[in-house]
Amino acid sequence: MKVADIVKKLNLKVHSCKNSLDKQVTGGYCSDLLSDVMGNANEGELWITLQVHKNIIAVASLKEISAILLVKGLKPPQEVIDLSEKENIPILGSDLPAFELAGKLYQLLGKI
Amino acid sequence: MKQFRTDLHIHSVLSPCGDLDMSPARIIQQAVRCGIDILGISDHNSTHHCRLMMELGHENGIRILPGVEVNTKEEIHCLAFFENIEMVENFQDFLDLKLPDLYNDPQLFGQQLVVDRDENIINEIEVMLASGIRASIYEVSAEVHKRNGIFIPAHIDRPYTSILSQLGFIPPDLDFDALEVSARSRVVNFLGLHPEFGRYTLITNSDAHVPEAIGRATSLFVMKDTSFSEIKLALKKEGNRNVLCP
Repeated sequence: MKVADIVKKLNLKVHSCKNSLDKQVTGGYCSDLLSDVMGNANEGELWITLQVHKNIIAVASLKEISAILLVKGLKPPQEVIDLSEKENIPILGSDLPAFELAGKLYQLLGKI
Repeated sequence: MKQFRTDLHIHSVLSPCGDLDMSPARIIQQAVRCGIDILGISDHNSTHHCRLMMELGHENGIRILPGVEVNTKEEIHCLAFFENIEMVENFQDFLDLKLPDLYNDPQLFGQQLVVDRDENIINEIEVMLASGIRASIYEVSAEVHKRNGIFIPAHIDRPYTSILSQLGFIPPDLDFDALEVSARSRVVNFLGLHPEFGRYTLITNSDAHVPEAIGRATSLFVMKDTSFSEIKLALKKEGNRNVLCP
């Protein structure tokens, strides 16, 4: 499933990289500790987090994350948006909390 | 140049995690016993013991560096120190604006007590001091430096509430004066694992929550005297000044 499909099905906001939502999503990872994401997330996963510090872009890029999904209506600062455009890592958003987003994504990806 | 034994990370009974024995009077007594020259006071998100610590330090021949351990929005613990009580109180105004809208539960998190020099309880802080404040690490660094302070991300080797656990790596544009390695790892071992940190000034401190822990890890500041400007120069390692972590 592509990032764009998930955006549509979960009714997500797209904070950045509107024109490059064609990456494949292979799974998801849910964590707010960047050290943990660096150690445990896998290529192609959608990363669900509340962290908006710009290091999220570097970590997502390093791990080849398909997109970052910010929970609870959190908005990335402009410099983080700029950096994500540069690194081509889409930042998505939703008003829902992590638990519900992870549940919906899990179901959507046919993991149930 | 002289050498000064320095422990900059101490929690008094004001910190929810600080032991009831950690009154300013007891802390000073223990620091004298340990031969500490410069002692930093760094309670969680609060500076209300700084003035008394400075008075007691002055009376007992210990240089007190007044400060605080700020917990940022990202839940990164950072030490901040200031030149005088005016700057400390000015920074406390900033903290008061940014502290969360939460109340402490002493049963769960511990008491947050302000005591006098005779260890009488004179106040109990109600707002939760253990929580992250509503300011990012960048904002806190800027607010500290605006007041000519010293900003040091704490216990960077710790797997929680440290800049490395929360942000994965040191953001290249973050403005800080040193990095603290906790008493759990010796600096030489930390550098063996992470040689890239050799380009920063590293310090180590006790992070004491009980009197017996004061001085269990100390740094040696090599500088002319214990003035604030000398401490800043030592952290920059300027003009033969240095910070050693033996």
